Amino acid sequence: MKRLINHRPSRANALWMGVLPFILIGILYLFASHARLAENPDDKLLPSFSQIVQTMEKSALTPSKRSGEILFLQDTLSSLSRLGLGVLISALLGLALGIPLGLIPLVRSGLSPFVAAFSMVPPIAILPILFIVFGMGEVAKVALIVIGVTPLIVRDLQQRVEEFSREQLIKAQTLGASTWTLVIRIILPQMLPRLLDSVRLTLGTAWIFLISAEAIAATEGLGYRIFLVRRYLAMDLILPYVVWITLLAFLADFLLKKFTCKLFPWYDTKERA
Amino acid sequence: MSLIEIKHLWKTYGANVVLENLSLSIEAGEFCTLVGPSGCGKSTFLRMLLGEESPSKGVFLFEGKPFPKEPSVERGIVFQRYSLFSHLTVLENVMLGIELGESRFLGKLFGSAKKRAKQEATAMLEAVGLGDVLHQYPSALSGGMQQRLSIAQSLVKKPKLLLLDEPFGALDPGIRADMHALILDLWKKNNLTVVMVTHDLHEGFYLGTRLLVFDKVRNDPQAPNAFGAKITYDIPLSRETVKEEK
Repeated sequence: MKRLINHRPSRANALWMGVLPFILIGILYLFASHARLAENPDDKLLPSFSQIVQTMEKSALTPSKRSGEILFLQDTLSSLSRLGLGVLISALLGLALGIPLGLIPLVRSGLSPFVAAFSMVPPIAILPILFIVFGMGEVAKVALIVIGVTPLIVRDLQQRVEEFSREQLIKAQTLGASTWTLVIRIILPQMLPRLLDSVRLTLGTAWIFLISAEAIAATEGLGYRIFLVRRYLAMDLILPYVVWITLLAFLADFLLKKFTCKLFPWYDTKERA
Repeated sequence: MSLIEIKHLWKTYGANVVLENLSLSIEAGEFCTLVGPSGCGKSTFLRMLLGEESPSKGVFLFEGKPFPKEPSVERGIVFQRYSLFSHLTVLENVMLGIELGESRFLGKLFGSAKKRAKQEATAMLEAVGLGDVLHQYPSALSGGMQQRLSIAQSLVKKPKLLLLDEPFGALDPGIRADMHALILDLWKKNNLTVVMVTHDLHEGFYLGTRLLVFDKVRNDPQAPNAFGAKITYDIPLSRETVKEEK
């Protein structure tokens, strides 16, 4: 009898085992929803699949009578553009700060304690300040994502640069690199895929800040919609929105991973040369 | 004038004495091999030649001037591992040295200058036997090929002094013999001056024109770090005598 740790599923089995929990939770939901609706047809907590489809079609996928826009599409686009902008700014700041912090001792001594302290500020706690300073518009929401995510990326990248191989650093100097050319020819290109990794891992956090900001002050967006219809216990709208957000997050992660592999073919080979 | 002139050199870390009272001169064209037990300071000595560390006391001259306090193009280095740029192909790894030298701001060449750099790098790679893998990434190469690449990277800068830090320590014996032939060939053709740290005494005797043995002469059991290592043997070798012995 082989040990448990040495049992490996075949590809087909692995696929099947991976899908199983999703199917199980679907079936579980169906039963629970059916049971509740049998007792009270007006129950709002666990709507049936047909109710969900109906609501989505009516209130989210048909053009709104007031503005003529498709709410679902509009919510998705505005949330994604806030998220994208916030994450893009964070990534650029992460590069601009993380590389000097990791590479240049003088910068590290001067800024590292400040960055460490700043990253401890709970971003949600300063959300009111952001609203006061930037107003209720887009800037405050993007700023929340930036403030929440940038310190994570900066510290991760700083760590990566500090771990950078001593041998490569010295070799580059013996080949005539200045600090600047070392950064643009060696450090930066090798940090880009690591930056994408870091962005991928902080996307979850970015979503949290996005939805929080939208919940408090917005006129459209996925988070805004969820918190708006919460007042009517509209689970038939909240649930598909949550599934959609999850799917978007999963897709973003997947695409970033594919993008990294495609763009940096030398990366991911775990062994360092 | 000797290429390297060392007089009464000490290296200490606080109360730890690593090297004590070293005096030595190395002429251009020599192939010096450094051997000694681990922890005897031969790697520290190499790091000082490289500019990563500076001596605590004593005269330490390179071409009659004090050693530069940081790594520079005069001194090439081949480490045991990890010194290849993993994001660049084999060819780009060697071109980098030329590009960094000629383009101060971008570190990158374009047009005809790039073409020239490419030709020079290709010639260098063919000389070390890597002509067939120009467009592969370093991670795809075997250990021996990676070391060939690392040597080519350094040689393209035509360093006055080539430092080798146990360069063949991680290779298996057959490959190591090939590398020995390669480095001797390059040393002869390019009039290199080489200082090489090795664990392998046989390698030290075989490659060098001069063998330096580092060891601690005095040892106080109560204070094991109170005394540093010296050069206990400085043996001139000629290729012929070694061959007769074999």
